[in-house]
Amino acid sequence: MRSNSHQHLQASLLRPSRLKWTEFLFWGLVFLAPWVVPGHALMVNEMAIVALFALSLDLVLGYAGIVSLGHAAFLGFGAYSAALFAKHIMPDPLVGLCFAMATTSCLGALCALTILRGSDLTRLMVTLGMALILLELANKLDWLTGGSDGLQGVLMGPLLGRFEFDLMGQTAATYSLTILLASFVFVRHWVHSPLGATVKAVRDNRLRAMAIGINVNARLAVVYVAAASLAGAAGALMAQTTGFASLDVFALDRSADVMLMLVIGGVGWLYGGVLGAVAFKLMHDVIAGITPQYWTFWIGLFLVVLVLVGRERLLKPWTWWRS
Amino acid sequence: MLTILFDGIAYGMLLFILAVGLSVTMGLMNFINLAHGAFAMAGGYLTVVLMQRFGVPFLICLPLAFLATGFVGAIMERSLYRPMYAKPHLDQVLFSIGLAFMSVSAIDYFMGSQQQIMQLPEMLKGRTELWDGALGMGHYRLFIIAICAALTLALQYVLAKTTFGSRLRASVDDSRVAAGLGINVNSVFAITFAVGSGLAGLGGALGAEVLGLDPTFPLKFMVYFLIVVAVGGTSSITGPLLAALLLGIADVAGKYYVPKLGAFIVYSLMLLILLWRPQGLFVRKGGH
Amino acid sequence: MDVVAIVIVLETRGLLKQFGGIKATDHVNLKLAQGARHALIGPNGAGKTTLINLITGVLPPTAGQVLLEGVEISHLEPHQRVKKGLVRTFQINQLFDSMTPLETLAMVVSQQMKLGRQCWQSLGQSSKVVERCHELLELFRLTQVHNQRTSQIPYGKRRLLEMAIALACEPRVLLLDEPVAGVPAGEREELLNTVAALPQQVSVLLIEHDMDLVFEFADRITVLVNGAVLTEGTPQEIAQDERVKAVYLGHSEVLLHG
Repeated sequence: MRSNSHQHLQASLLRPSRLKWTEFLFWGLVFLAPWVVPGHALMVNEMAIVALFALSLDLVLGYAGIVSLGHAAFLGFGAYSAALFAKHIMPDPLVGLCFAMATTSCLGALCALTILRGSDLTRLMVTLGMALILLELANKLDWLTGGSDGLQGVLMGPLLGRFEFDLMGQTAATYSLTILLASFVFVRHWVHSPLGATVKAVRDNRLRAMAIGINVNARLAVVYVAAASLAGAAGALMAQTTGFASLDVFALDRSADVMLMLVIGGVGWLYGGVLGAVAFKLMHDVIAGITPQYWTFWIGLFLVVLVLVGRERLLKPWTWWRS
Repeated sequence: MLTILFDGIAYGMLLFILAVGLSVTMGLMNFINLAHGAFAMAGGYLTVVLMQRFGVPFLICLPLAFLATGFVGAIMERSLYRPMYAKPHLDQVLFSIGLAFMSVSAIDYFMGSQQQIMQLPEMLKGRTELWDGALGMGHYRLFIIAICAALTLALQYVLAKTTFGSRLRASVDDSRVAAGLGINVNSVFAITFAVGSGLAGLGGALGAEVLGLDPTFPLKFMVYFLIVVAVGGTSSITGPLLAALLLGIADVAGKYYVPKLGAFIVYSLMLLILLWRPQGLFVRKGGH
Repeated sequence: MDVVAIVIVLETRGLLKQFGGIKATDHVNLKLAQGARHALIGPNGAGKTTLINLITGVLPPTAGQVLLEGVEISHLEPHQRVKKGLVRTFQINQLFDSMTPLETLAMVVSQQMKLGRQCWQSLGQSSKVVERCHELLELFRLTQVHNQRTSQIPYGKRRLLEMAIALACEPRVLLLDEPVAGVPAGEREELLNTVAALPQQVSVLLIEHDMDLVFEFADRITVLVNGAVLTEGTPQEIAQDERVKAVYLGHSEVLLHG
């Protein structure tokens, strides 16, 4: 029998927040990738961006419990903000990134006002509606956004004044990975803080959370705005590292894909977004290699089977044979 | 201007018939079914195939579309949808998106991705002008309004005056209590889902000429159906009816008067309405 | 008769809740004294939980007011009332299933110590928080299960945790909604002792069906029937009240022996 002393209790509480060596290894390998396999640096860049986007959706879906089909609204808003900033104001990537995150946070705050009320369906509609409105706006305000041609010719200045974005994509990949890691560390720390614990409480039992003095709406709004700004960052990275922004960044496909990634990787444990992004990309490449046109069919089938079988079971293959 | 109103009403009534099944299903089973548009598409494509390959007259295709999609809906409800009722909304969304994706892909594979052209019978083509052209009524749109109005009245009658209607209303209000009263809630669900899907199929067949028909139909129009349900609420059928009419008129008028903004008008209108009344415009007081 | 200044900590004035034609709460005037052990009894469907929901702000009243320590709180949101010291427990356990009892209490205590909005420290880094959790775990005999997921601990412990959460909020007024409901006989003692050991500064309003518990614990009893107050008084007065007996037993009978 252990003596349940003060230190023991404290250690119990702090254990989940301690970094494991596996995590160090994971991130170490990830950062080496663009240099070890330079031919795939662009793909690593893309995955890092998508992983950041998925991480931001995890905050919304896994922690705030909001089913959102319009998360791409923030991705797109961030992309266009960064692209326009680089074109018309200043080509410095980091400043542009901050700008994009700031504007997307404002958009997130605006959305938060609406989505905290009403039912799941209302929320779904409002999030979806927001994405669609932005898509229409981007399409129609073509003098600003380039319309359906997209915003092209976004030339970025050197990162930190020294590192040019090279054609191989190694600078881009390292840049994106750094932002991803920084965001990840921030979110991870946040999740294990008292604030994070109250959000988990809201997710588990909203009624009781209110009954212990937690201002549920304020908490959810904070989470949503944070998630929006991270999605905006992902969008900014996308525009900055590829040199253009196009309308499909707002498309329903994007929102649906990222939700799928997160579901594959597992909702609510932060690594789900990162691992899901990798798994999804691999799945996509394999399946698209076999049947390029009918990717949507197989994804659809996968979704149906996944849900019928049970989402948690995906990560536990030994449960597949139990019915 | 009257013509725009007329066209808007036709569009709205069509949307209503397409979306009413979704609204009742949501209210009844608390299930977010994003694959509803696939039933509509199925009805449309069935009609096209029957007309082009088997020479079946258009007017016969309409009830066939209703029956066939209703039947498919009944089968799917029993086999695939029923285990999903108790699952969280996220799962339902994923599931129905999956079904929608599958149907879009399947139709693309079998029928190709081009727009389908609907050959209307002669008597439905043509146009009547009233009051020196102030009101131009396309005959087909008149036909749509007539059919949809008749269906709406039939639905109202069933809901208000028949036993099934009262069982349905009781189940929507509180399905546990309804079951406790001896109502076979499962069969109410099955019949409602089948009729809802059938109506969607009919709407798809009716609407193909007006809305266009291609494999992306379910995804393109799903948003509109959801708007009708979100704004109109799920506790009556007059709510979605009014919401659909509002949406139809707003969309047609918007595209005519301010073409630069297009669908933006509709989405913003929806957003504003949901901001003002998160539970929808026409919610009955009391209940959940 | 003593002339003692009685401080009223919780009061409802003409509290009314109407659903269509039904009055779930019918012009209830309730006064809870400082340090009281006040029981609220009544047959099933009398509206006891509705009254609690009205007092805590979960349900908006049709009319009437709620006052906490003399200040009107009728317009405050539920979480704001909790911050003012008005805390309740639930008849059906409302717990946080994915968290352990330790995490749950640490979260509540942090919230209480105004650390709930903090995001730069980790949960558990503050010694004060850990200290208080330790106290609560001991007091509610939860140390055995402190590290298990709440969804997996036995029912009796869950009920204890339910109350521990409420205590962790440092209540000034505590509303207990049937605290021993469904608790197996062996674990009731534990729970009852904890309820009896509540600090004197905390004023308690207890909803209970178990008459033994009520007469053992309460210094004042209010009887609620069909949403309205039937009568109110000391346990002795209530035990001998004919109307109360009629409501509960359907015929005259001595409620309490001796």
